[in-house]
Amino acid sequence: MQDSLLSIIYLVGSVTFIIGLKMLSAPTTARKGNLVAAAGMALAVFGTIFLYREGDTRLHNYGWIFSALVIGSVVGVLAAKKVKMTAMPEMVSMFNGMGGACAGLISIIEFNHMQHAGGAASVGMLLTIVLGLIIGSVSFAGSIIAWGKLNGKIKDKSFSGQHIFNLLILGVIVVIAAVLVGQFVPNLQTTLFYVLTALALVYGILFVLPIGGADMPVVISLLNSFTGVAAACGGFLYNNPVMLTGGILVGSAGTILTILMCKAMNRSLKNVLIGSFGGGSGSSAGGGAQQQGNYKEISINDTAVLLAYANKVMIVPGYGLAVAQAQHVCHELESLLEERGVEVKYAIHPVAGRMPGHMNVLLAEADVSYDKLLEMEQANSEFATTDAVLILGANDVVNPAAKTDPGSPIYGMPILEVEKAKAVIVNKRSMKPGYAGIENELFFQPKTSMLFGDAKQVLQQLATEIKQV
Amino acid sequence: MEAIWAFIQQHIDIFYIVILSIFLGIEVISRVPSVLHTPLMSGANAIHGVVIIGAIIVMGKAEPGNYVALILGFLAVILGTLNVVGGFVVTDRMLEMFKQKKK
Repeated sequence: MQDSLLSIIYLVGSVTFIIGLKMLSAPTTARKGNLVAAAGMALAVFGTIFLYREGDTRLHNYGWIFSALVIGSVVGVLAAKKVKMTAMPEMVSMFNGMGGACAGLISIIEFNHMQHAGGAASVGMLLTIVLGLIIGSVSFAGSIIAWGKLNGKIKDKSFSGQHIFNLLILGVIVVIAAVLVGQFVPNLQTTLFYVLTALALVYGILFVLPIGGADMPVVISLLNSFTGVAAACGGFLYNNPVMLTGGILVGSAGTILTILMCKAMNRSLKNVLIGSFGGGSGSSAGGGAQQQGNYKEISINDTAVLLAYANKVMIVPGYGLAVAQAQHVCHELESLLEERGVEVKYAIHPVAGRMPGHMNVLLAEADVSYDKLLEMEQANSEFATTDAVLILGANDVVNPAAKTDPGSPIYGMPILEVEKAKAVIVNKRSMKPGYAGIENELFFQPKTSMLFGDAKQVLQQLATEIKQV
Repeated sequence: MEAIWAFIQQHIDIFYIVILSIFLGIEVISRVPSVLHTPLMSGANAIHGVVIIGAIIVMGKAEPGNYVALILGFLAVILGTLNVVGGFVVTDRMLEMFKQKKK
């Protein structure tokens, strides 16, 4: 009776995950979808705690389980509530890493358990344990590196031949895993297992380390699907259908999401993962060779006048806006302009910021109305009728080299065609190139004026000026 | 080799679930507006926190004297909870913002 109740709970849990994901993919139902999935998860977790039994023995160690649940919940809620909107991507990466580590730990414990139980282990069990270990560890180490990169603690690092070195490690991992699962050297099982753990962690680090910060969203999404697969390995191990469906669902959905992100940048996944090696030196050489023409600066006063007397202003937000935490001031500026009868809209490039949708979330935080945010195609058709474009800390997504220069690393990426507008104002902190490390000829075009400074300060000054115009 | 065949035979229903889930995941995601990519990734991130169930089982099965298993399991449950709870709360926070200014 209890067994069948648990099966039904698991069934309900799996269905809530599917419905939750489905609802998450439409703006109106997204929030409810998240809650549906969360409810299903709670049901599955408590069902497991109270109803799970193996043979006739129920789970014990309730004290340990509940204290761990409480600690995890408190820390998780605090971290999630306290994190700034700009730091969202690295938070997701961190949580993803925790999931990976959890999967890895399960494998380690189960392996120990198996060794103590003695006797020949089933190949299938060993295989899932080893797979869960490898994928979980890679995901954990990789996510931590991605987290460090996004908050600037870890710099891009690569050494020559790293690509080959990585492949070599991966090869060694596969060989050891095969020996382990095949139990060819029974005496060495335990040693091999821990060597494998160490190698998987090293591989996770080396895998993410050389990839540029701008590509982190893609990497996080990929690691996210890795963790999904690691969770599914657990599902295999315990013959547990919720873990299986949940894990695989995330694994495949994450993979698709990763590919969608790559598509938005018009790059292949391979290019993102491998292209980073050597790509850095190549692009900087190309950038250096380009003409360092003259750019003109514009004062806050002039910008204020230009914006205040425009009919239509398009704001192009980028990572600079996120870093400066300028979303609220930006909304204030928008309202001031609207009061004066200026039509203000936002042009959102799919990969602006560090994660697709990053800008939407950020602007939503500042109460910017949903219908003011234009997606790329829509924005591009409206630039021709726009009087002034205000670019806030965006760079690569407005770089015309993506259309004109076949040698450029971002060639072929769809961009916001801001140069169609009558005037372009670029707010940046300095002339330094953007994340892709390439020069942006937009800045040297006659239509373009540069407005240097921190996005938040500049916008505050602009708002004050506009009030006085 | 023999063992692998036997394994597949034994778990054939699981293989069905896996394959259907893969297609389901692809189907569910492919029509997502880019606006929702970040919340969706975050939501999916929370969902793979189901690993926690494995952690709970491991923890609940550990013999009271086996401190290695107890400590590692304890850690695993904490990490899994972090993934689940943190993931859902972060996602909710992102989506909450989409809601309030919807009108």
